[in-house]
Amino acid sequence: MPNEDNGALSPPADLSVELAGVRLKNPVVAVSGCFGFGREYGEWFDLGRLGGICAKGLTLRPRKGNPPPRAAETPMGMLNSVGLQNPGVEVFLRDELPFLRRFDTAVIANISGGDPAEYAEMAGLIGDAADALEVNISCPNIKAGGLQFGADPALAAEVTAAVKNRAKCPAIVKLTPNVTDIAAIARAVWDAGADGLSLINTLTGLRIDPVTRRPVLRMNTGGLSGPAVLPVALRCVWQVSGLGLPILGMGGVSTALEAAEMMLAGASAVGVGTALFRDPLSALNIVQGLAAFAAEQGIARIRELTGGIRPWET
Amino acid sequence: MLTAILQNKAIAKDIYDLRAAMETAPEPVPGQFVHIDCGGGLLLRRPLSLCGYDNGIARLVYAARGEGTRRLSRRRPGERLDMLGPLGRGFVMDSRPALLVGGGIGVPPLVFCADRAEGRVHAVLGFRNADAVCLTEAFASAEVLTDDGSAGAKGYPHEALRAHLQTGDWARVLACGPVPMLRAVAKVCAEHGVECQVSLEERMACGVGACLVCACGVNGDYKRVCADGPVFDAREVEWDA
Ligand SMILES: Cc1cc2nc3c(=O)[nH]c(=O)nc-3n(C[C@H](O)[C@H](O)[C@H](O)COP(=O)(O)O)c2cc1C
Ligand code: FES
Repeated sequence: MPNEDNGALSPPADLSVELAGVRLKNPVVAVSGCFGFGREYGEWFDLGRLGGICAKGLTLRPRKGNPPPRAAETPMGMLNSVGLQNPGVEVFLRDELPFLRRFDTAVIANISGGDPAEYAEMAGLIGDAADALEVNISCPNIKAGGLQFGADPALAAEVTAAVKNRAKCPAIVKLTPNVTDIAAIARAVWDAGADGLSLINTLTGLRIDPVTRRPVLRMNTGGLSGPAVLPVALRCVWQVSGLGLPILGMGGVSTALEAAEMMLAGASAVGVGTALFRDPLSALNIVQGLAAFAAEQGIARIRELTGGIRPWET
Repeated sequence: MLTAILQNKAIAKDIYDLRAAMETAPEPVPGQFVHIDCGGGLLLRRPLSLCGYDNGIARLVYAARGEGTRRLSRRRPGERLDMLGPLGRGFVMDSRPALLVGGGIGVPPLVFCADRAEGRVHAVLGFRNADAVCLTEAFASAEVLTDDGSAGAKGYPHEALRAHLQTGDWARVLACGPVPMLRAVAKVCAEHGVECQVSLEERMACGVGACLVCACGVNGDYKRVCADGPVFDAREVEWDA
């Protein structure tokens, strides 16, 4: 009963958050690679209702991507091996960004390069046309670059520094969980000047057709996402939260309560990706659900959740 | 979109005929698909081509051969069904005569084509064997072939197609079925200079064009089967990619 009274009487919670200096109207962000450049889901709902949108991963030159099959179902998850198919940063700036800019939502450009100089060049080309950069050093689906930068603290720092040197908007570095010590990588990119962290990218995985003995994916391995990775994502976010860098937390979130968990683990904003494939409106439902949760719990500002985990003494 | 299952029954070995209410505007066109939550806790939806659409009721005929469709086959009338759609780009048709070439579980969308055709159509339908034959009665004009001759004539659809294109006056071919059949059909059409549209299949996640997992090689690029297709001009498809 007291809860219901609270919900009815207290003003709606303030859902706005700040991520690396960027104000988001709410903490829910569509993640890179699951949302294209917004056009498709823009047919389903008003993109202005999202806190932010991470555009599909970009490279300096257009990339064709990997041969199909590129997807496989897994228990409560999926593997993908898209391989950064994208039209290149210049086409993005010319043809896609103006569309995204029509909506009252933060736009984050996700960038990948073959070497630090390429990352830096992309940061320079994007300038301040995006609200932030998401520096992808964690794509498991490309041969050169990608994961290789995210698995080595020195390389991760080198890429971060190169981007920071040219960037005209905050640079958030996207980390991979496919490492033994994610905190060490986080520390390295923090030292190199990152404005925030984004995690987790997908976990490397494999499925095999037992009859043909062939991997289901044409690239053999792919990246695991969806509900199956949620606990890994929460653990990773919690592990790097001690640095005090703003975090965009993602991985397996499909409900408002899971988004709240992600914030409690240390995230300022929460990414939603694979959940959209089941329900195109899932991100919106999470926004609404967070508002309801805040009202129910008597939380005036949703950002109070960030880092609010009360770990047990061990 | 939540709807109700009105019917879900077997019509051939492992082939099911499902009807569900689907209110949608504009009406779906042949070749379009719906993206279905098959139930049983699977994460990804499964795309199924529409076999027909009448008075707000969608008809889906599918093979229960994978994890998703097997679960779907166990769903009962009255149960709720969660589907997105209609999705994708369908066949382009007009009043000129068209040959419909179907293989196995590629036949259902051609039923929808025949139903909406404004001009003369004839169907060439291939199946593995007599057990797999289904939906042939849905066509006013059809011939049946099986790989082993256990029903209809023994042979493959592209062979029968060749005979039709040599003798008849057909403006276009609309085809759906396994890739080896489509490749052969595309080749025969190219030899005769006849337009050919093929409906392709690929594993999907979003089903709406946002995730790029459903790639197929078209004209030197990867296109999205869910949003750029599933129907493509056969001349542009990279069959050997
Ligand atoms: C189909 C697909 C494509 C993706 N493409 C990218 C990408 O281009 N760049 C990137 O940084 N992450 C990419 N990711 C990873 C997601 O952004 C996200 O980190 C991961 O999927 C975990 O979140 P989720 O479980 O909510 O999907 C992709 C994920 C999927 C499923
Ligand atoms: S299934 Fe996502 S783009 Fe086709």
